[in-house]
Amino acid sequence: MDALSVDFSILIPEIVLLTMACVVLFVDLYVPQRNKAMTQGLTLVTLALCALFAAQGIGDTPRISFNGSFISDGLSNLLKTLIFLTAMVVFVYSRRYLADREVLKGEFYLLGLFSLLGMSILVSAYSMVTVYLGLELLSLALYAMVALHRDELAPTEAAMKYFILGALASGMLLYGMSLLYGVTGTLQIDILAQRASTAMEQDALLFLVGVVFLVVGVAFKFGAVPFHMWVPDVYHGAPTAMTLFISTAPKLAAFGMLYRLFAEGLITFHGEWQQYLIILAALSLVVGNVVAIAQRNLKRMFAYSAIAHVGYLFLGIVAGTEAGFASSLFYVIAYVIMGLGGFGMILLLSRKGFEGDRLEDLKGLNDTHPWYALMMLILMASMAGVPPTLGFYAKLAVIQAVVDSGQVWLAVLAVIFSVIGAFYYLRAIWYMYFDEPQVKVGITEAGGVAKALLSANSLLVLMLGIVPGGLLALCFQVIAG
Amino acid sequence: MLTLSHFLILGAILFCISIAGIFLNRKNIIILLMAIELMLLAVNMNFIAFSHFLGDVQGQIFVFFILTVAAAEASIGLAILVVLFRNKRTINVADIDSLKG
Repeated sequence: MDALSVDFSILIPEIVLLTMACVVLFVDLYVPQRNKAMTQGLTLVTLALCALFAAQGIGDTPRISFNGSFISDGLSNLLKTLIFLTAMVVFVYSRRYLADREVLKGEFYLLGLFSLLGMSILVSAYSMVTVYLGLELLSLALYAMVALHRDELAPTEAAMKYFILGALASGMLLYGMSLLYGVTGTLQIDILAQRASTAMEQDALLFLVGVVFLVVGVAFKFGAVPFHMWVPDVYHGAPTAMTLFISTAPKLAAFGMLYRLFAEGLITFHGEWQQYLIILAALSLVVGNVVAIAQRNLKRMFAYSAIAHVGYLFLGIVAGTEAGFASSLFYVIAYVIMGLGGFGMILLLSRKGFEGDRLEDLKGLNDTHPWYALMMLILMASMAGVPPTLGFYAKLAVIQAVVDSGQVWLAVLAVIFSVIGAFYYLRAIWYMYFDEPQVKVGITEAGGVAKALLSANSLLVLMLGIVPGGLLALCFQVIAG
Repeated sequence: MLTLSHFLILGAILFCISIAGIFLNRKNIIILLMAIELMLLAVNMNFIAFSHFLGDVQGQIFVFFILTVAAAEASIGLAILVVLFRNKRTINVADIDSLKG
């Protein structure tokens, strides 16, 4: 494992992704096609290939190359595989929605691919330069993607807010990185971990300020309270297909960034950053769950629910143990699977000229489409954390980790607010099953693949809830290295 | 004689000006974009100062990356701004409020 060598083999998923993104660009430009079928097909093939390459590396020992700036280990490969698979599902779900709104453009797939390249680099980043470059590649493509529906006011406004707060977050993160670089004299994560203790003795103030800025930057990217202002506006304003994209795959990548910076780089200062994360987690749980109750728009409700989920996700990180990180990883995977289903359902309900994103639009869904009402029931139950669904085990795992670390009050807070949070999920279920339809929800006949996938997605939530062992074991395995 | 702390204080002042520019400014989105650029320049100042006083070149290399990314970021920000202006006919920060809840 010579850090100075250049080992291109660990870059295979990224190289394939970049090459194919360029191919897709040319195909999209020069091959006349109806409905962008070829662009989508090529994109899906690319992602399947990349997922395959990444999946092969899940069991590998860690390999570091490119002057110690890039790592390929179990965690990065697992996250990459899931990111690519998630993106494939997103592209399948969003096709009809985009076509109905006449924004089914090649750019959606291209920006998606470049953003995925950024995510892929981010989860493998082992130096602060690569962390920053991955993060920016991921974010810049997403800003543009949100603004893709450019004749509508809400998406452009959402894009502007997303851009400004995203850039602010990057600035905070960079400022923290510059201070850490100054006191440790290195940009590499592993050397940072070695030198952190001596740096703390030499210049505690600069070091701690650096850590605080790093926490703020990461919290912004995750959308943890009090840095959550952009989340509801962006989720609400962006077209649902883009919301689906930004609410799922980047969360996995952000977990990778969080893990590299805090669990690998600054683990010796667990006691320091733990306090900040406790505050963020507690505030996110409270604000996310309470404010979600007041929302009448499903996308906004999911946005606040995402903020609450970030709170739960942080609980495992707060614990700071291997079991804690593994349970957080399990949580983020569970959240992404549930989020895909939830926003996928809104996409399914929508049709031309009808967004289907108000809570009222769910009313009487059981009368018109009992099967999809059942699917939504499973998803909502899982988000609320009702056994035997995936969401229950995810919450159980993080709460277990936080109890083991001795923060019992935080665990109690998490349980109380998950009960409060259950209210708005149950309200959605109530609307579907016990209310009369207000508008006629006519799920269109088109999009059979997306419908089948959505059913599979919801059933997966149920199945993984009944047998969570395999996925949980995998999370423990990759965190243990 | 200029020491490291002089540069760090300058960096911190620039950073604070940029944060103030983002949060206090209620007039113009272009000023927000300028504040974001200033923030990145403050970070660059930090990196270069540390790099010089540590005798380590990595920090300066990072600055090149930041400058490049900042250019890309500014172009995307301005592009979104143009689209927003076309839809809304204003770039007043206080008017960008149609999303609420």
